[in-house]
Amino acid sequence: MEKAIKNINFEDVVIHVDKVSKSFGDLHVLRDVDLKLYNGENLVVLGRSGTGKSVLIKLISGLLKPDQGDLMVLGELVNKLDERELRTLRQRIGFSFQNSALYDSMTVRENLEFPLVRNKRNLTRAEIDKEVEEVLEGVGLSQAINQMPSELSGGQRKRIGVARTLILRPDIMLYDEPTAGLDPITCLDINSLINEVQERYNTSSIIITHDLACAKMVGDRMVMLLDGKFERQGTFEEIFDTEDERVKPFYDYNFIV
Amino acid sequence: MGRKIESLLIEFARIHRFFIRFLRELVTPPFEFKEIIRQCYEIGWKSFPLISLTGFIVGFVFTKQSRPSLEEFGATSWLPSLISIAIVRALAPLVTALIASGKVGSQIGAELSSMNVTEQIDAMEVSGTNPTKFLIVSRIIATTTMIPVLCFYVAGIGLFGGYLSIIAKDDISILSFFNQVFESIAVKDVFAMVIRAVVFGFTIGFASCYVGYYSSKGTEGVGKAANSAVVSSMFLVFIEELLIVQVLSFF
Repeated sequence: MEKAIKNINFEDVVIHVDKVSKSFGDLHVLRDVDLKLYNGENLVVLGRSGTGKSVLIKLISGLLKPDQGDLMVLGELVNKLDERELRTLRQRIGFSFQNSALYDSMTVRENLEFPLVRNKRNLTRAEIDKEVEEVLEGVGLSQAINQMPSELSGGQRKRIGVARTLILRPDIMLYDEPTAGLDPITCLDINSLINEVQERYNTSSIIITHDLACAKMVGDRMVMLLDGKFERQGTFEEIFDTEDERVKPFYDYNFIV
Repeated sequence: MGRKIESLLIEFARIHRFFIRFLRELVTPPFEFKEIIRQCYEIGWKSFPLISLTGFIVGFVFTKQSRPSLEEFGATSWLPSLISIAIVRALAPLVTALIASGKVGSQIGAELSSMNVTEQIDAMEVSGTNPTKFLIVSRIIATTTMIPVLCFYVAGIGLFGGYLSIIAKDDISILSFFNQVFESIAVKDVFAMVIRAVVFGFTIGFASCYVGYYSSKGTEGVGKAANSAVVSSMFLVFIEELLIVQVLSFF
């Protein structure tokens, strides 16, 4: 499946991670990490489980604070913002969680309305309904509007999770393991959705994954997190054109074994 | 030992920060009125069946147990006065708080903890919503307002249970029973009951929200949070009862 040619603006850095370190007790997860995400780009972060990939996007969204370094997101220094400023910035950042994190006591409609009515308080009922229906149609799940999250399949939950973040029309999307635990066909659907979101909503995205098929399908550029640092960067082919024993098994497991 | 003291101090600092955050969000708009009403329904209305049964049983059994002692002095006519003072001054707030600690405390602890485990609280945070306002403030307001309401109800139903216990042996009309009840209760007794219920309600809400919100990840964390919400709420209710009794004895 070929990706459409995109307009990536290499002059416009939307996320700049500058020498960021993060530890949990004695465990040093990220060490002096540097990273840039350009406007319109899909950046895939690869790495083994427990290497700090999810920590990175939690730092970017301000859910965690770095021990050292700066995180510039859409021109704002995330680690220096107070709670109110952070909340305003977060309206421009969409975060799709690994387990979707849908509010299980609410219907799909209420899940989608939740961020909308709290961030855009002057919307009328008709406008809210229109937004919800539009974004649900965008992820191909209009029929699920009155269902509870427990009635949805894993792939549907992911789609609703993405829809819930899209409803605020974010400039940046952060996907945490978007294809984890899904069958190959649903994985393809989710990967297509990530590309569609980028094209339709003109977002810049960071995709955390260890699914190389997903990485190849959605990524414009990739970085690999090894021992707390981004040691390899480039296209899919550039990343895996190596004899590095820390990298090779990744490729071998996904495409040979 | 040093490490234990350090972690205790860290815990106190975290409770203090949680309390300040609650106070700040309590007074700053926008307010989550719809969620507050929903929580009042969940915490107040849905507790009525359980509270009705326990309130009635407490009133009935207390009266039955008190009768032999008064009978020795031929003073069974004092039963309405005795049970009214006992129920209004002590039993109604305490029984309501203990039942609410079990039912409401475990519910809040488990619910917030499972939201924490499944990253729903993080999801609220990153969608520009304030989880403290939506989840914490609404629940603490609901417990603080609903437990006094439930407490009045328990007092009423407890007195009715007492009345039924009395008429099993004595002949007394409900009107003269309640006349004696209201003659024995002073305004300060009712005031003390409300104060107790408000303090207990706030404590149950705050303790349950705190343990749920800061629970450890994983399914084990959910069980621990529910358990610790009940235990800490009950423990604090007893401590507060002791302190309030001491303070009120000065008036």
